[in-house]
Amino acid sequence: MIKKHEGFRIYEYVLFAGATFLVFILCVSVGSVNVPLKDTFTIIWNSVWGIPIPETIASPSIILSVRLPRVICVALTGASLSLCGGAMQGLLRNPLADGSTLGVSSGAALGAAIAIAFGITMPSLPFAGTMVMAIIFAFVSLIVILTLAYKMDFSLSTNTIILIGVIYSMFVSSILALIITLAPEKVKHITFWTMGSLSGSNFDNALVLLSALVIFGGGILLHARELNAFAIGEENALHIGVNVKRVKLIIMIFVSGLIGVCVSIGGSIGFIGLVTPHIVRMITGPNHKKLLPASLFGGAIFLMLADLVARILLNPLELPIGVVTSFVGAILFVYIFYTSRRKTHA
Amino acid sequence: MLEVKNLKVQYGNLTIVDDVSFSVKEGQWLMIVGPNGAGKSTIIKAVSQGAPYTGEVLLYNKNIVKYRPYERARIIGVLAQSNYVNYPFTVREVIRLGRYAYAPGIFSRQSEEDERYISEAIEMTGLGTLLDKSVLNLSGGELQRVFLAQLFAQNPRILLLDEPTNHLDLLYQKQVFELIQNWLKTPGRAVVSVVHDLSLARAYGRQALLLEKGKIKASGDINEVLDSKNLDPVYSMDVYAWMRSKLEQWRQE
Repeated sequence: MIKKHEGFRIYEYVLFAGATFLVFILCVSVGSVNVPLKDTFTIIWNSVWGIPIPETIASPSIILSVRLPRVICVALTGASLSLCGGAMQGLLRNPLADGSTLGVSSGAALGAAIAIAFGITMPSLPFAGTMVMAIIFAFVSLIVILTLAYKMDFSLSTNTIILIGVIYSMFVSSILALIITLAPEKVKHITFWTMGSLSGSNFDNALVLLSALVIFGGGILLHARELNAFAIGEENALHIGVNVKRVKLIIMIFVSGLIGVCVSIGGSIGFIGLVTPHIVRMITGPNHKKLLPASLFGGAIFLMLADLVARILLNPLELPIGVVTSFVGAILFVYIFYTSRRKTHA
Repeated sequence: MLEVKNLKVQYGNLTIVDDVSFSVKEGQWLMIVGPNGAGKSTIIKAVSQGAPYTGEVLLYNKNIVKYRPYERARIIGVLAQSNYVNYPFTVREVIRLGRYAYAPGIFSRQSEEDERYISEAIEMTGLGTLLDKSVLNLSGGELQRVFLAQLFAQNPRILLLDEPTNHLDLLYQKQVFELIQNWLKTPGRAVVSVVHDLSLARAYGRQALLLEKGKIKASGDINEVLDSKNLDPVYSMDVYAWMRSKLEQWRQE
C-alpha cells in the first residue's frame, strides 16, 4: 500500500544521464564550425582513454580546447543554479524564489566586481579572491534580504520577497555602477559579471565548478526530506522535529556557496534557477527527492541549449548566455506570476 | 508529563501571555479556553517552541530546550490552527513526513515500524482513498484530517491542538474529537487543546484553563472552571443564560 521509495530508480537516472550526454555531444558538435556527431564522440572518447585521434577528423582542437571545456562549464553551471533555485523555492515555500529574483546573484556579482576592481586576490590561487568574495557577498545578500523580508512580513509572502529582491538588485547595480566609475580601466571585465558568459571557460573552471557542485550540491541533495518539510510549511517542519534553524542555515550556506562559485566563473546568469525547477515540478511533483535531482539534469540540458542558441543565433556574432536565459525566463516568470495570482484570487 | 512554569510571551511591549503555569498528567485532556486575544494559541506556540518566551517548559521533569528537535517531536505533536500548503504534495507525502523524528539522519530509510504507524494513521483518519491526491485539491476538513494523520503517524505522547476543528463542518468536528478521545485511551498519553467552543470543551475535556488577557482566571476541574462566576466577567455576559437560550431553540420539534 505504501511505496517505500520516494526518489528516482536507477534506470531513471541512467535515462537522465543519457539524455544529458546526448545534448552535450550535440552542443559540442554544433557551432561556428560544425563537426559531425560521430567525430565529436570519437574525439572525446579517444582523448579520454588516451587513444590517438584519427587524422581523417578535422579540427579536434576546436572541440577539445574550446568547446568541450565551455560546454562542460555550461552544463555544470546550469545544474548548480537550477539546484539552488529548487532548494530556495522549497526552503522559502515560494515558487518565485531564485538567486536572480532574490538578488543573491547580483550580490555575488558585486563581490566579484569589488575583488577585480580593488585587486583582491589570494596568494597562490589567482582566481580564488574573486570567488571567495562572490561567495561571501552571496551569503550576506541572502541574509540581508531574508532579514528585511522577515521584518516586513513574517510569512515571507511572494510579493514581499520579490519586491525586496528587486530593490536589493537595484541597490547593488548602483554600487556596481559606482565601482565602474571608480575603476574605468577594468570596466569591460566587470560588465562581464553582470551579463553572464561562459565563453572563455577552461578545464580549471570546470574542475572548480564540479567540486563545488559535489560539495555544496551534494549537501543540498542530502537535505531533500527537510526541504519537503519546509515546502509544506516551516511551522509544520518545526512540529515534526526538523532542526529548523540549523537546516535553514546549512541550506543558505550551501546555496550561496554554489551561487558564488557559479557567478565568479560565469557571471550572473539570470532566471535559469527560477525556470528549471518550475518546469521540472510540473512533471515530477514537488517532492524534493525527485525535484532536486531532476532539476540538476534539467538545468544542465536547459543551459547547454541556451548556450547553443547564444552561439549560433547570430553566427558569427555571439550573444551573452544571460540574454537568452533572461529572455526565456522573464516571459515564463510573468506567466507563472500571472497564473499563480489568478489561482489565489479565483 | 508536561509542566509549564511562569510562562510569559511578549511581542515588543505587548504582553500576550502573562505568568501562566499549569501541568498535564497522563490520561488528562486539558482545555484552554477564553475569549479572543486571551493568549490561548500563543501558549501552544510557545510550548511547541514556535515563539520566544520566558519561563520554563518541562517535559518529564527535563527542560524542553534540552531536548533535540527530533527527540521533542517524539514526545510532543502539534496540530496547527490552519495549514496552508503552497505546493501540490500528495496526501501520502505529507503523512509520511510525520515519521521524520524517528529517522532524522541523512541516510535513513523508512522502516517496517514507520510503515505500520503510517498505515494506522491513514486508517484512523479514513484517508485511504485520497492518498495520491494533491493536498491543494482538498477541502479544509480533509486537509485538517491529513495533518491529523501526520500527527498520529508521528506517534507523540502529548498532543497540542490549536483549535483543531476551527471552520470545520459539524460532522468533522465530531469525528476529530472522537478520534482524539480514542487516541487518549492508550495509557501514557495526554492532550492539551485550545477550544473556542465552550460546549465542545465541556463535552470532551476533564480539566480546563480559563484565560483572560493573558492571565489565568481559573484552572482545575472543567466543571468548576466553567462556572458562571468565572465565565461571566471574562466574557462580559451571562454565558449560562446564552448557552441555555441557544439550546432551547433545538428543543422544539
